[in-house]
Amino acid sequence: MTLVAGAGMHPWGKWGRPFVEYGVAAAREALADAGLHWTDVQFLVGADTIRNGYPGFVAGSAFAQALGWTGARVASCYAACASGAHALEIARTRILAGLCDVALVVGADSTPKGFFTPVGGDRPDDPDWLRFRLLGATNPAYFAMYARRRMALYGSTAEDFAAVKVKNARAGSLNPNARYRKAVSAEEVLASPMVADPLRLMDICATSDGGAALVLVSDSFARRRGLSGVRVAAVSTVTPTFPNTVLEMPDFATDSSAAVAPPDRPFRPSIAAAAYEEAGVGPGDLSLAEVYDLSTALELDWYEDIGLCARGEASELVRSGETALGGKVPVNPSGGLASFGEAIPAQAIAQVCELTWQLRGTAGARQVEGARVGLAVNQGLFGHGSAILAIS
Amino acid sequence: MGALAIDGWFTVEDGVTHLLGTRCADCGTVAFPPRTGFCRNPRCDGSSPARVRLSRRGTVWSYTNACYPPPPPYAAAEPYTPVTLAAVELAAEGIVVLGQVTPHLTVDDLRVGMELELTCGPLADGPLVWMWGLPAEAVTP
Repeated sequence: MTLVAGAGMHPWGKWGRPFVEYGVAAAREALADAGLHWTDVQFLVGADTIRNGYPGFVAGSAFAQALGWTGARVASCYAACASGAHALEIARTRILAGLCDVALVVGADSTPKGFFTPVGGDRPDDPDWLRFRLLGATNPAYFAMYARRRMALYGSTAEDFAAVKVKNARAGSLNPNARYRKAVSAEEVLASPMVADPLRLMDICATSDGGAALVLVSDSFARRRGLSGVRVAAVSTVTPTFPNTVLEMPDFATDSSAAVAPPDRPFRPSIAAAAYEEAGVGPGDLSLAEVYDLSTALELDWYEDIGLCARGEASELVRSGETALGGKVPVNPSGGLASFGEAIPAQAIAQVCELTWQLRGTAGARQVEGARVGLAVNQGLFGHGSAILAIS
Repeated sequence: MGALAIDGWFTVEDGVTHLLGTRCADCGTVAFPPRTGFCRNPRCDGSSPARVRLSRRGTVWSYTNACYPPPPPYAAAEPYTPVTLAAVELAAEGIVVLGQVTPHLTVDDLRVGMELELTCGPLADGPLVWMWGLPAEAVTP
């Protein structure tokens, strides 16, 4: 078993400083939280950022150099929005293999203003470049197509989407690390400019600067050092099963189901299912969940994909208040991406920071009472998804 | 006829546009854009996909628009009018293909499940791209 012994974050915002600064600040905070020193760390895994030059592609090394070379081993990985979860999984598996006792996982990003655009240069072989060039298909365009389909299939409304934003903004107003800390009304959401029909500006998450870090330790090390921690009960980094019949960013088309029938479990539900299976728990055991609300509508999809309700019932669930702070299973008690904006390589790690604080009972004004089991789920470009189950 | 914005993904002949894909000779799995090499069906060893033209009609899986000009490398028209996008399901091929929608249609004209037909139109800087439009018989002369 692997434990999260410490968690740390640099507040989200648009600070305009190098990403390494945010990562180092978060790493130092996580180490202090664990009662350990950087020189105790045997393995550092960095989640890469692809918009910050070479240091971003070798984030593990960039953070290690900034913290001061100690000879610690490093790894760097990129898995789009799931990069932080993949970094955590790499660290966890090295601990589980018995090859180290203390690992540090760090992700940080510094982001430009506006829509995410493809990495520079003419690259007609890159679907991420081509979707902009040929179609003008931005990230919100994909979120909006999921939202529209949800409206058509299940009768969800713009008011349901706004209810998600209202809920998450209220939680975010209680989180000192959130970028947006103002409660909003449904009227404000519904009056915000349309960006990608049916999604409005306040339905879509912004892009942010931020950094997050976790200290992972083996349980034997925790015992020897008298450390307490939250248990990482499962990490899922599954890919889709062919044929994936949901249009995924940045693709132009789905897989074909002409020859092979689609799997019983589509990609998004399969992400959490793998984590439940590994941990031996189910959705009924959850005290809280952090889900990747790239848009308000996508949060409703997640309710169904992680099994909080049956397919098509997510609008009713958010309306019931059961996923708000004080409800039966608060979703995004951190405030979610709605309150943070996305700092890609840090975001999945930030989700686990929230699980850690909630399961320890140190989440302050947004504490979920009696929290014992937490799930963090995430999905990004190119068939990347992740789910992490933590148990106190 | 203008130049195509990308080679080998679609063809325009006598004013009729076809998407070009591939079909695995072994298992029949279709792909768009066309692929070379191994079939993406993990249980198929096929490695010689044949070029095929895809169905020109399908039903809307979902749709949206871009109310703000998409960033480069998209060449946004000035003044800008929202680009509409539709993901259209082709029954015979079992795939959903994303494309722009012809400029005279907006999101208000679309609904999930309606039938659209393939056509083409120019990007703001000239080259042609495939587009989804109303079926020929639905267009009032």
